[in-house]
Amino acid sequence: MRITITVNGEARSLDLDPRTTLLDALREHLKLTGSKKGCDHGQCGACTVLADGVRINACLSLAVMHDGDAVTTIEGLGSPGKLHPMQQAFLTHDAFQCGYCTPGQICSAVAMLAEFEAGAPSPETPRGAAPAFSDAEIRERMSGNICRCSAYPQIVAAIRDAAEGRA
Amino acid sequence: MSSVSDWDAPNPVKDNRAGLIGKGVDRYEGPLKVTGTAPYAYEVQPPSPPAYGVMVGAAIARGRITAVDIAAAEASPGVLLAWTHLNAPAQPPRGTKGHPRSTQGSKPALESDRVAYFGQPVAFVVADTLENAVAASHLVRLSYAAEAHDVAFHERLDAAGQPPGEQDVEIGDFDSGFAASEVRLDETWTTPLQNHCQMEPCASLAWWEGPSRCVAHTSVQMVKPAQHGLAETLGIGRDDVHLLTRYIGGGFGGKGQTYDDLTLAALAARALGRPVKVAFTRQQMMHGTIHRPATVQRVRLGAGRDGRLNAMSMMTWTHCHRDGAFTEHASNFARSLYAAPNRLTGHRLVKLDLPHAGAMRAPGEASGTLSLECAMDELAEQLGLDPVELRIRNEPEVDPENGRPFSQRQLVRCLREGAQLFGWDRRMPTPGQVRDGRWLVGLGMAAAIRGNFLLPAKCSFSVDADGVITVRQGMTDIGTGTYTVLAQIAAETLGVPLGQVKVEIGDSELPPAPGSGGQFGAATAGSAALMAGMNLRRAIADLATGDPGSPLHAGDPGDVTFQDGVVAIENRSETLSDLIRRAAPDGLTVEGEIRPAQDAQKWSQQTYGAHYCEVGVDPVTGEVRVRRMLGVFAAGRIINAKTARSQLTGGMIWGVASALHEGNPVDPRYGSLINQDLAQYVLPVQADIGELDAIMLDEVDDKANPMGIKGVGELGNSGAGAAVANAIYNACGVRLRDYPITPDRLLAGLIAKGM
Amino acid sequence: MRPFTYERAASAEAAVKAAQAPGARFIAGGTNLLDLMKLDIEAPAHLIDVGRLPMAGIEATEDGGLRIGAMATNTAVASDPGVRARFPMLSEAIVAGGSPQLRNKARVGGNLLQRTRCAYFYDPTKPCNKRQPGSGCGALEGLNRNAAIFGASPSCVATHPSDMAVALAALDARVETLAASGAARSIPVADLHRPPGDTPHLETALDDGELITAVVVPPAPAGGQAYRKVRDRASYAGGLASVAVAGGRMALGMVALKPWRATAAEAALADGADPAEAIARELAGASPLGRNDFKVPLVARLAVATLAEARVAASVGGQG
Repeated sequence: MRITITVNGEARSLDLDPRTTLLDALREHLKLTGSKKGCDHGQCGACTVLADGVRINACLSLAVMHDGDAVTTIEGLGSPGKLHPMQQAFLTHDAFQCGYCTPGQICSAVAMLAEFEAGAPSPETPRGAAPAFSDAEIRERMSGNICRCSAYPQIVAAIRDAAEGRA
Repeated sequence: MSSVSDWDAPNPVKDNRAGLIGKGVDRYEGPLKVTGTAPYAYEVQPPSPPAYGVMVGAAIARGRITAVDIAAAEASPGVLLAWTHLNAPAQPPRGTKGHPRSTQGSKPALESDRVAYFGQPVAFVVADTLENAVAASHLVRLSYAAEAHDVAFHERLDAAGQPPGEQDVEIGDFDSGFAASEVRLDETWTTPLQNHCQMEPCASLAWWEGPSRCVAHTSVQMVKPAQHGLAETLGIGRDDVHLLTRYIGGGFGGKGQTYDDLTLAALAARALGRPVKVAFTRQQMMHGTIHRPATVQRVRLGAGRDGRLNAMSMMTWTHCHRDGAFTEHASNFARSLYAAPNRLTGHRLVKLDLPHAGAMRAPGEASGTLSLECAMDELAEQLGLDPVELRIRNEPEVDPENGRPFSQRQLVRCLREGAQLFGWDRRMPTPGQVRDGRWLVGLGMAAAIRGNFLLPAKCSFSVDADGVITVRQGMTDIGTGTYTVLAQIAAETLGVPLGQVKVEIGDSELPPAPGSGGQFGAATAGSAALMAGMNLRRAIADLATGDPGSPLHAGDPGDVTFQDGVVAIENRSETLSDLIRRAAPDGLTVEGEIRPAQDAQKWSQQTYGAHYCEVGVDPVTGEVRVRRMLGVFAAGRIINAKTARSQLTGGMIWGVASALHEGNPVDPRYGSLINQDLAQYVLPVQADIGELDAIMLDEVDDKANPMGIKGVGELGNSGAGAAVANAIYNACGVRLRDYPITPDRLLAGLIAKGM
Repeated sequence: MRPFTYERAASAEAAVKAAQAPGARFIAGGTNLLDLMKLDIEAPAHLIDVGRLPMAGIEATEDGGLRIGAMATNTAVASDPGVRARFPMLSEAIVAGGSPQLRNKARVGGNLLQRTRCAYFYDPTKPCNKRQPGSGCGALEGLNRNAAIFGASPSCVATHPSDMAVALAALDARVETLAASGAARSIPVADLHRPPGDTPHLETALDDGELITAVVVPPAPAGGQAYRKVRDRASYAGGLASVAVAGGRMALGMVALKPWRATAAEAALADGADPAEAIARELAGASPLGRNDFKVPLVARLAVATLAEARVAASVGGQG
């Protein structure tokens, strides 16, 4: 099937087997290998990308379901010479080790802050209240991204800095 | 004859003139990792479009493949080849006397009709696209003649034997000493089988350059054994395999060897004449790669009323594959930890038809501290002593097993500083006294210990006409920080800014290093780098003083200093790049190497730490939350405060996971593990980890290596789980000796206590 | 995945017509269907993408209830101010499930139709009557720690994994559906899932090709609401058990192949029984299998705690 997805601001036309997941379309067809395949079943978060600004697991979506969508991957946030503030914060705080979950963590963190701003509740949000920015909220909202190296404390510190404009 | 005294001389790392040693500099490869531009094995772009290989695992635990039907798979769209043992290329057996390491791990792929464990790769399909390959893999039909399998570890303890070549170690007379002790403890703990669950599943990409040279990118912790093993399997010369592993998405011991993804990618690439890449699925990782085996640990402690141990025994039962010999040496660390005149330690091994057991982060300590460090907590309670004080009272002056002096031992300082920083004095000795909302709150602690090792390694250093130093080594970085510490050592040694250093590792064509494992990486690779760097200093000094065009001409090479990219003898100087551009425009390259000192064994050499933990226990549901945790560690000179801390906190969280989350039960009917993905296998997530930090004490271990550094990659998860378990007891009064401490188990304990 | 064709439905009517094709399945979020297709457990021949149908609205009904379009994402429902104000327990149940990434994709209709997470269902080398009718139940005498204690059969002891469905059951919600014939009907959430009996592969009361178009929640009952879930880690995990309370109504999660409405407990509460006694009456009907015995005391204790939370919530103000 021929589809068009705007990836990192650029319209990309693809002729795809309908079975191709969004993740494999990015990795194998567009050579955007920053989005990682840790489990391929929505159980780790390493493939997290933004689809129309919303974070999703790219492995649990067919590319054809995103015909016409705008997708942002880790490559669209920044580059080694021009890091996004969240990328810089992860670097500064050593919020990764092996680096395999990292692009997903960073995409997730960027979208998480937007969800937070929009007032989306989490299990840490008191009933009837707007969410208050806290480490507990960050931890809960970042729990869809597993880090086996377990850089969890550093990730919280990085996100806090990025959110508060220190990165 | 090499000696640790050879390392006494000053060197640039010890001098640390630029202050780069110990500094928490950002990861060298960090900008690539945070932008998703570091290519892992499956992501390398080959010279022509790759074909996609998918493996199929065995559906039985033991038996024979009796019939194969691959017709449908072969006829499936896009399929390029479909292999089973009937049509896979013949492969020479692996392993030679000269290089026994290459015998480890996987055997030739698709070798025979024998199935030795559930999930063993038994078929392989390659197609033009990943989608076609996966679809075809589901069409492979195999029939089996299953044979009775033996997988029930706890029912087979009576079949356990001594691990090959090992004997129990007894000092004094344990039985008498134990019987004569005023206070005795005799309890048994169990730990479950665990999976590594590296975020990057094992993957390989291979292609051939001509008929006899194979290029293979894979995800492996040790370069040379992987290169040699693949060469043997392919029946080509070692130098005809170019093996690369530049970025590795986690290893933890599970990628200490290669698997059939590498073999099959290389064989299929040869057969098809095009690049082939193969990745394990997450599901396949659980059975298809090694695991940490389950253990049963019996700990006996006998002490006087004063808390001094008179007798100590730790016996571990564990399992490995029927054809293997790996032993989880959970009792070993106990030989060095506490003083006691009468000691008995050893291991028993049961051979089972489970997949292969192997090394997983802190093999031995990770499991073993979960018993002994809780036993010490129980003993302290029996004695009415503070658990920190009990440990201090049993601090040995020399290694209690062999009488050797310690090269460094700051365990007591770790215990004391940790207690103070954590606020240990707030701990109530009686459990169940502190409540915070729905949570009962408790504090626990445990000691940490892990050995330190130095292996032989080589390294090369180059300087080019721009004054850039390039470090080259067949070493790996599995997230441990190798790239970064090598860059720091190079920059400090040659007196150049960090930005003037390049690091190339993960390549079989570079000088060999043993790779990442056993927390020996930084010390081993780093020491070789220091040696190479010293050799390059000498070469540069000779060049400058011998070059009539240099202001340093005719000076004493021993007087040359290296700072800020400038070489100088007192007030005569020039930049490194000016010198090289003029005097050696093609640059200079030298090698260096490190070998263990022959007298290093005269010292007992370990890394140490103390964990302090605060948990909340919901007495209604049995849920546990780690609220606060602090580790204080002593592990020699620290090269990079940032990456070392990350290693330690990561290890601590592994300990939390061992206490609360991880484990993979065996279904004895099928000989398989029940948890086959990351929804079923419980790893901790961000919300499971509260405030958690690690602190490193100042230390230099001059018996370790020329830099006085030691490893930290495994120390963090030694003892951490026991601190959690002890905190749970302090919170609610329930002792559980079967890990992990899940809500259902803790609930049963709470109910039994009438809570 | 086996080859399939794909279309985006232009309307609900067109979708249910297209669904008459052999092997056709609806897909919206896809978080469960694609998971299973990758394992060859689901193998549709044709996918009808209904995810973009204009059925994502969340509206207050005239009687003070809610009408939630079936294509609303879990995140949208959990974040909706009206939901948070009047049905806080529904919002809390939703955010107790999955991860933010999954909740951003998952839709209300599909959430209700999630298939079990039973490990034997997920491993094609094991017997499972749900996956392969007649093959047996691997969990019955297996590692069934998370198996059902209510409503199971010798053919299947699996549980339903949804958190949201438990809340909706306690709220007396109904699903609205559209059939290929154009007929619409309404089914109580509590009746949506069939008991396993000896046909555990037949999972819901929906006919082939019938599409859930909306979930309708009646006005919240008087009294407080609360949702509690216990799991093996703090987040991003299926539950061992959950309890939803809305006024005098209670539903239990992860204890049956459906959200389990605790009618015996509700009746006891209505008769003035204390919470412990009421839930004990419900649990008198439980049939644990050994490894999941703990669910009986866990549900007993969790239900008492959840009822207490709901009472506190009621006293703090309104339903919230």
